[in-house]
Amino acid sequence: MLKVRNCEAGYGKLRVLRRVSMHVAPGEIVTIIGANGAGKTTLLHTIAGIIRPTAGEVSLQGLAITRTRPEKIVALGCSLVPEGRQVFATMSVHENLVLGAYVRYRQDRSRALAELEHIYQLFPVLRERSGQLAGTLSGGEQQMLAMGRALMARPALIMLDEPSTGLAPLIVKNIFRIITKLREAGNTVLLIEQNATAALKIADRGYVLETGKIILEGSAADLLANRDVQRAYLGREV
Amino acid sequence: MYWDKEKECISREDLEQLQLERLQSTLFRVATHVPFYRKKFRELGVDSDGFRSLDELQTLPFTTKQDLRDNYPYGLFAVPLREVVRVHASSGTTGQSTVVGYTRNDLKNWSDMVARILTGAGVTDEDVVQIAFGYGMFTGGFGLHYGAERVGASVIPLSSGNTKRQLQVMADFKTTALVCTPSYALVLADALEERGLSLNDLSLKYGLFGGEPWSEAMRAEIQDKLGIIATDNYGLSEVMGPGVAGECQERNGLHVNEDHFLIEIINPQSLQPALPGEIGEIVITTLTKEAFPVIRYRTRDLTRLLPGPCPCGRTLRRIERIFGRTDDMLIIKGVNVYPSQIEAVLFEVEGAKPHYQIVVERDGRLDKITVLVEVIEAIFFDQMKKQSQMVELIKHRLHTELGIGVEVKLVEEKTLERSEGKAKRIIDKRHL
Repeated sequence: MLKVRNCEAGYGKLRVLRRVSMHVAPGEIVTIIGANGAGKTTLLHTIAGIIRPTAGEVSLQGLAITRTRPEKIVALGCSLVPEGRQVFATMSVHENLVLGAYVRYRQDRSRALAELEHIYQLFPVLRERSGQLAGTLSGGEQQMLAMGRALMARPALIMLDEPSTGLAPLIVKNIFRIITKLREAGNTVLLIEQNATAALKIADRGYVLETGKIILEGSAADLLANRDVQRAYLGREV
Repeated sequence: MYWDKEKECISREDLEQLQLERLQSTLFRVATHVPFYRKKFRELGVDSDGFRSLDELQTLPFTTKQDLRDNYPYGLFAVPLREVVRVHASSGTTGQSTVVGYTRNDLKNWSDMVARILTGAGVTDEDVVQIAFGYGMFTGGFGLHYGAERVGASVIPLSSGNTKRQLQVMADFKTTALVCTPSYALVLADALEERGLSLNDLSLKYGLFGGEPWSEAMRAEIQDKLGIIATDNYGLSEVMGPGVAGECQERNGLHVNEDHFLIEIINPQSLQPALPGEIGEIVITTLTKEAFPVIRYRTRDLTRLLPGPCPCGRTLRRIERIFGRTDDMLIIKGVNVYPSQIEAVLFEVEGAKPHYQIVVERDGRLDKITVLVEVIEAIFFDQMKKQSQMVELIKHRLHTELGIGVEVKLVEEKTLERSEGKAKRIIDKRHL
């Protein structure tokens, strides 16, 4: 599905990613855990085409996308749910969702609209709020809206950047339950989280990113059991 | 039957991506946590952060048995001891022993890899597995034990030795799978005959053999005498233990667990990659080991890569059975001689038993090999003429095979020392 090889990226003179290689296989939930500033978001932005890598390659379903524009990458099947939701506050829930299907809407309007029904089934609360302005939703609802918006493009791979940020524990639990549901529906998920325990509990595999380098790869269960990971990221005294 | 189909049948492209990712993080961990590697990388100007492709493997330094000895006992561990949950040591038959460690994850991965090999050999959760490998510091017993438990088989941890008890347990407990060295399997087969037991008294179906080189003829004899499917498996404690590679029921080479180990075949003299299909020394880099990762470990084991896919469907590449060890290799009158070559010849001679010893002496300035061969009673007590015919036949065939002249002596059955573990085939008197 997704392959990243030897990617380096940064901002100006600052090198953030150093030779990152990772992959996501179809149907997997893969999580990248790491401290603040480790480069997790930079990695997602590099995959999404928002940042151009200075070295290395990214490929999606066998297609090189290293120098592809972000909107093209969405059309190729990779959608990003950005950190902090970033829904269009002054537009209605319905409008936000339809906008998510923009790349497909032009060619296949009826099927894009049918997708809407699917999203409403996945997030019933969005149907209830469909006429409401997105800015008036609660944090958890906004997160669902942002996920729904990304799913409207029918991505082969959905990337979630810190979906739990600023949400109450109960809401977080619900969001993670929905992510598991996405996999059951055949979606492939790349999840970035500071809440490493929660992320590893639902993921199949994980990578540990430290100062821009992947220092460990393994099954989620292995990483949960790894004492280094426990000490550094799971806040457990071992 | 697969244990982990996703990994055992992975596409080459996906495997190489995974290998690269794992090697990159292994390099980071050894460079950060193991002073030996940090120093070595610095000396050779290797930038472990700059490693970008599996093709660059050859730029990395080798690790040798001597390096392991120099860092005895814990110098090459990449995690603090509090994270190590198991310690094993090599037998030390060829010098000071070396110590290896395992984290909890290492043990889990190890069990899974052995489970793959057991499954490939035919073992399921229905089987009763008798482990006649030594337990203790040697990795053989525990390695197979944990793997067999992982499969869900009923494990009998009998350990090595006590042939009488082995047979009794085998019959009474209805053992279906035997795990030991191939030479001990033959000892058991002989003992079976002596006790007047027949295959009908046993329930054996499978045998998994490893720990020493053996031959196709030996396999045929074991399969025949014990009525089993005999498969070969390979491993060494320095990189993990058993579970590095193992045969499936096709019995045409050992599938290497390449998602955990990166293998190379090199020419042991020039240290350059061997040509495709050429026999050379297998060099192993661990990709997932946490406690004791090794980079390009020179195993001193000789084998070659087998080309083409295996009918079993596994995509993991196969190596041929271990042909011998670089340090078993005898240089006689300038010719490289491997005990396995001699063994193969003996197996084809009627009346010769699969027990032999190779004695190397220095006669004046010249090296001399004498092969002691056990022969069946009928021949030993027969006329001199038949005996000398047999000696001549073996001499002739060995000369054709090895290209040098070899002395041959016939000895009575059961006069050569039997081993309950790895057989001692060579007696080199040149350095005594």
